[in-house]
Amino acid sequence: MSNAIVAERLTKYYGDLLAVDHISFQVRKGEIYGFLGPNGAGKTTTVRMLCGLTRISEGRAYIYGHDINEELVTIKKLIGVVQDISNLYMELSCYDNLMFCAEMYGVPRQRRKEQVMNLLKFFGLENKKHAKFKELSKGLRRRLAIAAALVHEPRLLFLDEPTIGLDVRSKRQIWNLIRKLNEEGITIFLTTHNIYEAFRLCDRIAIINRGKIIAEGTPTELRKKVSGNKIIELQVSPPIKKNTTFESINGIVDVSIGRDNTIYITVNDAITALEGILKIVKKLGLEIVTLNLRGADAEDVFIKLIDETDRSTRLDTRR
Amino acid sequence: MFRLEDIVRAFYIAKKDIKEYYLKPPTISWGIVFPVAFTLAFILKGGHHAKEIVPGLIALALFFGTTSMAAASIVFERKIGSFERLLLFPISYTGIALGKTLSSFIFGIVSLIATIVVVLPFILNVHVCSLLLIVVLMLSAVMFSAFGVFISFLIKDPTNTMMIFNSIRLPMIFLCGIFIPVSSLPLPLRLIAFLLPLTYSVEATKFAIDGDYDIIPPAVSILLMFITTILLILLTSIKIRRAIP
Repeated sequence: MSNAIVAERLTKYYGDLLAVDHISFQVRKGEIYGFLGPNGAGKTTTVRMLCGLTRISEGRAYIYGHDINEELVTIKKLIGVVQDISNLYMELSCYDNLMFCAEMYGVPRQRRKEQVMNLLKFFGLENKKHAKFKELSKGLRRRLAIAAALVHEPRLLFLDEPTIGLDVRSKRQIWNLIRKLNEEGITIFLTTHNIYEAFRLCDRIAIINRGKIIAEGTPTELRKKVSGNKIIELQVSPPIKKNTTFESINGIVDVSIGRDNTIYITVNDAITALEGILKIVKKLGLEIVTLNLRGADAEDVFIKLIDETDRSTRLDTRR
Repeated sequence: MFRLEDIVRAFYIAKKDIKEYYLKPPTISWGIVFPVAFTLAFILKGGHHAKEIVPGLIALALFFGTTSMAAASIVFERKIGSFERLLLFPISYTGIALGKTLSSFIFGIVSLIATIVVVLPFILNVHVCSLLLIVVLMLSAVMFSAFGVFISFLIKDPTNTMMIFNSIRLPMIFLCGIFIPVSSLPLPLRLIAFLLPLTYSVEATKFAIDGDYDIIPPAVSILLMFITTILLILLTSIKIRRAIP
């Protein structure tokens, strides 16, 4: 058994609303698997189904070979869950919160204190040991919530939007922690709407939109999906205000002008397009300030895939 | 019905609730200050008849103590989302229901001790069957806790908690034999009284303190309290399971 999670046609209806639409995927042991999608795509519902907080309407799911519908208590011992809200106990101290989780997960009495102290140290919360949860900042609350999910040394960790609402510094600290945990052998299922987070952290990513997985693969594989296109970033002086200036050139797919007057030109034939662009620049007597040619980045991939599904959904609806 | 590890984890839930909620203002005010205050008020007003209402007042104070704790811990946790955390632990729904019942029970006992201190001078000269009284009060505390826990899971809007609890608790003062014997109630009200758990507690407490009861023999009251407790815990576990979307 090389998979930590196997989901087969997993489906969730809330009344008439289809929140998760017959999705199938596998998460391999030891990997960081990202579930990337816009708000309301079905990410949290999927996590909730996988950890028993929401009933599965159709389909099946297995965690380390155990069927969620039949062996939920066994599964709960194998997984740690960090929800998208930090919902530890407000009046309890960091130490008491972790100790309660250790007791509830059945960590042996003689190991509990040591385990809790190790986690406080690992997460840099040693000096906050006696601070109440309600007294912590958002970032520290999030760190404690992750620590609480690890107190029983789970093999699989679900992280639902772990950096939502955090400042840049806290975000990076959490990313480092996630990498460290994965290096220690913990399989991680991460949901996020943050494209960079998914592409930076995950070994494989599933992009989910409107309850369906629309693409899956490694970050490199996903970038290849739009690899035909490249982007030219051009700044000229004096700045150009009309994006129609370059549209007639062969090999150009799209032109847009950013707030800082940078012209973003999406091209499918970079050499032909560059020749055409340089001709126009010369003809208009413009001076080139910057000129960059780059491949599609994570955001381009995400937007392209999401746009494609949204377009096809609209067409289906019209039919 | 319970696995050993569920019972152990239920104790941990109770221990956590004690740390988390016992000093919360609504718990203290509705669970200790209010029952002690009304017990004292009725006893002082009752004069030489006070002795007769003492059993009912003890049961009533216990009822307020236990149910206030359940309301504070469950409704609040459901509101802020930390109740879901309990569902992530490897414990059965019945185990969670038991844990919540246990924390209310322990608080109810604290509230009871405060009330007993107030009524003690009025029962000093009365022949009290201490062992039976302890059994009845313990059983009452568990039953009321289970009742409070069950009601807490029925509440959808947390802002209505005390309104809903009081609209259930306050009519019971007049229906369950505390001031008016159940046997004197008109038949429809008497039938309602038989459906209310406080009635059995009042009847059994009366017998333990006075050696007399109104309408329900103590053995029947104790048996019904026991059955009601089990039933309420099971209903709560079903309610928790059904609340999962």
